[in-house]
Amino acid sequence: MEKVTTHTGTAAPLRRSNVDTDQIIPAVYLKRVTKTGFEDGLFAAWRDDPTFVLNQDAYRGVSILVTGTEFGTGSSREHAVWALKDFGFKAVIAPRFGDIFRGNSLKNGLLTVELPAEAVEALWDAVEADPSLEVTVDLVDREVRAGERTWAFEFDDFARWRLMEGLDDVALTLRDEDRIAAFESNREAWRPRTLPSAA
Amino acid sequence: MSRTPQGFEASRPRTLAEKVWDDHVVRSDGEQPDLLYIDLHLLHEVTSPQAFDGLRQAGRKVRRTDLTIATEDHNTPTDNLFTIADPTSRKQIETLRANCEEFGVRIHSLGDAEQGVVHVVGPQLGLTQPGMTVVCGDSHTSTHGAFGSIAFGIGTSEVEHVLATQTLPQAKPKTMAVTVNGSLPEGVSAKDLILKIISITGTGGGKGHIVEYRGQAIEELSMEGRMTVCNMSIEWGAKAGLIAPDEKTFAYVEGRAHAPTGEDWDAAVEYWRSLRTDEDAEFDREIVIDAAELSPFVTWGTNPGQGIELAGAVPDPASFDDPIERTAAENALAYMGLEAGTPMREVDVDVVFLGSCTNGRIEDLRAAAEVIKGRKVADGVNMMVVPGSARVREQAMEEGLDKIFTEAGADWRFAGCSMCLGMNPDQLTPGQRAASTSNRNFEGRQGKGGRTHLVSPAVAAATAVAGSLAGPADL
Repeated sequence: MEKVTTHTGTAAPLRRSNVDTDQIIPAVYLKRVTKTGFEDGLFAAWRDDPTFVLNQDAYRGVSILVTGTEFGTGSSREHAVWALKDFGFKAVIAPRFGDIFRGNSLKNGLLTVELPAEAVEALWDAVEADPSLEVTVDLVDREVRAGERTWAFEFDDFARWRLMEGLDDVALTLRDEDRIAAFESNREAWRPRTLPSAA
Repeated sequence: MSRTPQGFEASRPRTLAEKVWDDHVVRSDGEQPDLLYIDLHLLHEVTSPQAFDGLRQAGRKVRRTDLTIATEDHNTPTDNLFTIADPTSRKQIETLRANCEEFGVRIHSLGDAEQGVVHVVGPQLGLTQPGMTVVCGDSHTSTHGAFGSIAFGIGTSEVEHVLATQTLPQAKPKTMAVTVNGSLPEGVSAKDLILKIISITGTGGGKGHIVEYRGQAIEELSMEGRMTVCNMSIEWGAKAGLIAPDEKTFAYVEGRAHAPTGEDWDAAVEYWRSLRTDEDAEFDREIVIDAAELSPFVTWGTNPGQGIELAGAVPDPASFDDPIERTAAENALAYMGLEAGTPMREVDVDVVFLGSCTNGRIEDLRAAAEVIKGRKVADGVNMMVVPGSARVREQAMEEGLDKIFTEAGADWRFAGCSMCLGMNPDQLTPGQRAASTSNRNFEGRQGKGGRTHLVSPAVAAATAVAGSLAGPADL
């Protein structure tokens, strides 16, 4: 995975809470068997609306999304992260994220950062007043900077290290392969197995 | 203090969730997240193709094909067993079949006697048992918590991780108890209960917690009712939801295809009996609910937390103190085409959907059939009945439920996710309104522009007859 340290870009204000993963990408767009090409389904229901923030000229080329609380709740579809990335987003800022979405984002190098609602409100105001305002999401120093303002955010140490090093989870886990094998040798014999099929 | 089969020695009283967690820890070093062993990995066609691709690119195998099982559900048609008309849906199904063949994974395909919604298939085969870790690339994996297991949905990267290693690194969640005291009143179901809980907590209220549902009302639920409750844990943001296994649980598992037998059964039950929260164990949070106060519950908005009693009315957005909730309510009413103050019972519907991993099991079909028996679906209403699995469908037909539904004018279909998620041909058209026994009323969830009210199976059946939201008592 690509290393993630800090990102600077312009930001789009999405003034909505509870943007679930069905809104990020409806199920009908999940039929591909590849990991790319999902940008066409991003926010599909709103993309026909000329007033939708991502359809406004002022926000063309944005790479940071600033949105309301409970972003990414609902379905476990990683396609929601792929769609945001395929569209060009590098970071999403919200007061709170759905757990599975957040986990998925960090597996794909999409920086998801939680800031208090007041900070999100201030960022909305700032990028609405000046859409060309550069926003920096700095994972190294764990802070978001925009204009004169700076907000610190919390970020799990291990997840941060993994992102900054660009490490692959499977390879990391397989370093403990002997422990997995030891665990397996102690597993109870009556635990169910799918094979051979008893159906 | 007890010593677990994996040699873990507890130094303090523990909750059920902590016991199951501790018994699956492969590595716990305080720096990295715990590495958990996964007992059962369920696969379906939507969230697995990129995971198998990842294995191929890295030259890896599926570590434990004997702990892995696949079925086809999200894309499948429910009007026939053979023809998937949409070529991209067909390609996704064919990709799953090819991947299972290549990697040696057991699959139950469309037309197979064990095909169905993945969360209905696992329990009915006896593969879901107490004290397990169960994962699937689907957020409603929490369903399996009803057996006293830690079960949760994962993304495709994690699907690949489990395929390759049979483990997952996981930060240990906090614990929460939802204690439901007393008995549910007559006519109030597991679905009404969980919709009520979500309306209290909101969609994010359970974030970061494994929730244990307990108390008299939970103990009195059938296993299928418990599955309905645990199924919707994700709808209030919980990592997982579970219920302590008891005699009902053991009776449900016993005799199923993959249940232990003989001495294995005795050993398993002895272990399963230890899976109860210790008396002095502490939860990080607790919510207490009085079951006696509950009544049939439905949603009015566009997330599962926006619910109200069937006897109530569409709320006025101005009644919400929190500005975020107020705006969300305004958006929801605009999308739903509802006016504040309208009694819920005056909301007319076009479609009734009975099915899904939430309410597509045999008891759900029985509950709806009981209400609709000898009655007719209202003119202009399309009622779709979609069993959760081919096995449920077969059982329902043995009991004659299909006849009751078809004589009432409902559409009796084949098993699958169907109208729960707007991916296969079963979808609402823009502006259509549905009473649905599924789990999500998100904008566009059941088809672009579709409007969803989440309801119980009994309310779904009564609504089909009345043509507007109704309970059996209203008929």
